[in-house]
Amino acid sequence: MKYESQKVAKLYFIAAIGLFVGQILFGLIMGMQYVVGDFLFPEIPFNVARMVHTNLLIVWLLFGFMGASYYLVPEEAETELFAPWLAYLMFWIFLAAGAATVLAYLLVPYATLAEVTMNHLLPTMGREFLEQPTITKIGIVIVVLAFLFNIGMTILKGRKTVVSLVLLMGLTGLAVFFLFAFYNPTNLVMDKYYWWWVVHLWVEGVWELILGAILAFILIKTTGVDREVIEKWLYIIIAMTLITGIVGMGHHYYWIGTPEFWQWWGSIFSALEPIPFFMMTVYAFNMVNRRRRNHPNKVAVLWALGTAVMAFLGAGVWGFLHTLAPVNYYTHGTQITAAHGHMAFYGAYVMIVLGMISYSMPLMRGRELCNSVRSQSLEMWSFWLMTISMVFITLFLTAAGILQVYLQRFSDNPMDFMVVQDKIALFYWLREITGLIFLIGLIVYIASFFIGQDEPEATVEPLK
Amino acid sequence: MNPMEKNKWPPGDLVIWIFIMAELLVFGIFFAAYAFTRANHVELFNTYQATLDRNAALLNTLALITSSYFVVRAVAAIKSDDSKRCFQWLLAALFMGAVFLVIKSMEYQHHFSQGINLSTNTFYMFYLSLTFFHFLHVVLGMVILVAVALKARAGGYCAQEHTGVETGASYWHMVDLVWIVLFPLVYVMK
Repeated sequence: MKYESQKVAKLYFIAAIGLFVGQILFGLIMGMQYVVGDFLFPEIPFNVARMVHTNLLIVWLLFGFMGASYYLVPEEAETELFAPWLAYLMFWIFLAAGAATVLAYLLVPYATLAEVTMNHLLPTMGREFLEQPTITKIGIVIVVLAFLFNIGMTILKGRKTVVSLVLLMGLTGLAVFFLFAFYNPTNLVMDKYYWWWVVHLWVEGVWELILGAILAFILIKTTGVDREVIEKWLYIIIAMTLITGIVGMGHHYYWIGTPEFWQWWGSIFSALEPIPFFMMTVYAFNMVNRRRRNHPNKVAVLWALGTAVMAFLGAGVWGFLHTLAPVNYYTHGTQITAAHGHMAFYGAYVMIVLGMISYSMPLMRGRELCNSVRSQSLEMWSFWLMTISMVFITLFLTAAGILQVYLQRFSDNPMDFMVVQDKIALFYWLREITGLIFLIGLIVYIASFFIGQDEPEATVEPLK
Repeated sequence: MNPMEKNKWPPGDLVIWIFIMAELLVFGIFFAAYAFTRANHVELFNTYQATLDRNAALLNTLALITSSYFVVRAVAAIKSDDSKRCFQWLLAALFMGAVFLVIKSMEYQHHFSQGINLSTNTFYMFYLSLTFFHFLHVVLGMVILVAVALKARAGGYCAQEHTGVETGASYWHMVDLVWIVLFPLVYVMK
């Protein structure tokens, strides 16, 4: 760690991991409710569990991105953070707002929450993933703007690298597109149309720039490959991401009342969205193979390579599976979507945040380069436990989805939704069990922060 | 100078070639979609194809081919260490690119004034999407050429090191190549 103010990231990462645990617990509760319908009812209804599961994911990833930025930007800009106090202040505001919102979801009926927070003044609630009370949304905007200001000023006063500029571009896009959360037209088609400007343009647009920038940073640090080489790749990856991803949004516009050309635009462009992910995989492995040094933080390199592979599989391949309009006609909103969502979020965004934590946390906790062999091997265990269980969760959900599509929509005698849900229950059980293994992986991950901390740092043979 | 360097393959930066391949794949899929759809609606496609301005498209084809030639001259100029010439040829290429944009915009103007849009019919949907997507590539190609030209003017390239010029040239040729397929496919073929 070169600059004292990079330490701000530590708090953000700790909060991120804490909320991650919450997300997984609610995922397990929900997974159980898929097969035991009244599990924890009426305390935690399914819709509330789902809201908490998805909202916590988004919030902890935002914490992760912010932490990653606070660590990465001063180092790239070669200067202290513009205003560390602001970063601390925003941390507590964001955490308090996030915690209050989740508690409100759990303790108060949603309609009451809408009333108490005066949703009628500026109605924004009641939409998937954007369930937060308007006041929370305003809080998010304030926190993100202060964060952008802090990061932007740091970059302005220091060295401007491609990595930090791409990151800034992604973060600015994140802020701008979130504003569409406040646009809530009464026309349902228009509502959905712009709703995707937040949801799609985040995860299949600007977030990918953030992912690309963080991955590039980790690769520069751990492989010692020339910055110019990595930057070139970063350029074409983000160009391809934007070319395919922006118009690729059309794959959400097939059946919501938008003009028919979206079926063509959406199919063609989104079919190519795997390309930037594929490039990312090729590039990550290429850079590691061409490394100029052996970095002792092996587990950080493992996360970097892991995210490249899993993002390609989860976002690229599983996205492609159901992106073409004629296929999506049958698969829309089935468990196929859930399968894709799980692996894509894990592969692209969870893993990159964990990778950044893996690289930077030892340095922020006073290590020279990396953790001890013991901590690292424990973390590698957690890597494989979580990654393999996520692969199986995805496979089980895919199997459930294929069966669902066939029984409910494709066969000669289509069955009712609930009848089909009963028939595919086996896969839901298997998913739930695998989810438990994921939780074990997460516990091992957390344990790796405490075990082996008193042992000496790992070392490696220098590259011949 | 290393003689191998002079004719190294591929010209320009390897990364631009990966990008070019990806771009060609996008257009390839678009062309294939056009072809398959046309096969199912031959009459519709033929009818509305007749409403397109083939002369304008032919002029545009000539504009792009000429600009490609100018880019070739720019690469040749920098290989003989003539930064000034290189810059001038690139300007000429940019001018032809601008000609393309103007003619194409006039075509759009004509169609839009008749109330044609993406939902008019499948043929126009493809025509407008394909040509507009290509239009944006011409713009991107010109942005790249401007960057290369400015660096050339500042003396940033020489006979030994001119990867940037070749990189920009390669991308520009791709933009040209796509049009050379697009023109007969969408405007001419019956």
